[in-house]
Amino acid sequence: MTDLVLRGYQRPGDDVHPPLYSPEYRSTVRRAPKLPPLYLPHSLTEITGPLLGEGFVHPDDADLTRQHDGEPLGERIIVHGRVLDSDGRPVPNTLLEVWQANAAGRYHHDSDRHPAPLDPNFTGVGRCLTDADGAYRIVTVKPGAYPWRNHDNAWRAQHIHFSLFGRSFTQRLVTQMYFPGDPLFYQDPIFNAVPEAARSRMISSFDLSHTVPEWALAYRFDIVLRGREATPMERS
Amino acid sequence: MSLGLTPSQTVGPFFSHALPWPEGPYVVPEGTAGAFWLRGRVFDGDGEPVPDALVESWQADPAGRFNHPDDPRGSDFRGFGRCPSDVDGNWAILTVRPGRVPDTAGRLQAPHIDLSIFARGLLDRVVTRVYLPDEAAANAEDPVLSTVDDVRRATLVAEPDGDGFRFDIRLQGERETVFFSV
Repeated sequence: MTDLVLRGYQRPGDDVHPPLYSPEYRSTVRRAPKLPPLYLPHSLTEITGPLLGEGFVHPDDADLTRQHDGEPLGERIIVHGRVLDSDGRPVPNTLLEVWQANAAGRYHHDSDRHPAPLDPNFTGVGRCLTDADGAYRIVTVKPGAYPWRNHDNAWRAQHIHFSLFGRSFTQRLVTQMYFPGDPLFYQDPIFNAVPEAARSRMISSFDLSHTVPEWALAYRFDIVLRGREATPMERS
Repeated sequence: MSLGLTPSQTVGPFFSHALPWPEGPYVVPEGTAGAFWLRGRVFDGDGEPVPDALVESWQADPAGRFNHPDDPRGSDFRGFGRCPSDVDGNWAILTVRPGRVPDTAGRLQAPHIDLSIFARGLLDRVVTRVYLPDEAAANAEDPVLSTVDDVRRATLVAEPDGDGFRFDIRLQGERETVFFSV
């Protein structure tokens, strides 16, 4: 085991992720740990991570509009981008999971009581693997905004949930992709819990170059996971 | 070049039709020699069960190896488990005892399983480690456990429980679980 080179991952500063205790998002109040986390050095357990690859994903899983007999209602969109690390290196062959509300703002989930229609042709769940260049592409419909009970007349900004594994336990990320110009940003405490300078990284950009004429609009969403430490950790 | 990292967001309340899959809780198939259930409950600061959490596990194989290019020794062990909590906050994975894994200084760590916990109300995952109660000697010399004060260390050690071990996760409150920054 002396052959094992342990090269860790860069740690995020406090200008990236939302504080766990963000009381304007009410559910954090009883769920965010009160005590500061302890520092865990990156051993092999943290440097490695699950590589859930081929056999796990069907090519059809990336098209959320073709999972039923008919096509879902809503504005058909292409969402694409690249998964990179913070050094600009592509993260290839990594599992990306997405889920979202339908065009009316309702999830295909038993607990969602929003009185908007379910769409029998839309489950709102997809997955794909990035290619050798870290690129991915999914086809879906634009999710609707929906109300929630966090505060008076609260509405979530339109979003698609993303789950990524990267190549390491340290790179695991669950996030949400938003749409440019959403008028609901100002009152969405989940979005606004993120330090202001980093919020724009969660907003996709309209991408005319990837639209398909007479068929679908396109949005680009690049995702950046942590890069590696420059040098292997010293053995003491 | 240094690109700005994508921020974390909560997994929200509506993921249980999307992220779990039937084999998720089975790090190893039923009937595997030495397999045991690692189970527990997730609680909030009021001591109420958290019915919408997702627990993911990552661990070495019984020889302390990983199925990953950064471990040149290799392994065919999946090492990964995923289980949503139920209405009473219960989660469980079927796994086997991990081997000892060296730390950055080459010292052997005690057998451990890394956990990530996601939930509505958690804007980022929280990470903890499960140690096993019948590894007293290895636990005593573990370089991570030994940095945790005596009172809180107990939250990182599972308890014997029938055909396996119990590891409850308390997000806050009395006996709040030790969480780690990675």
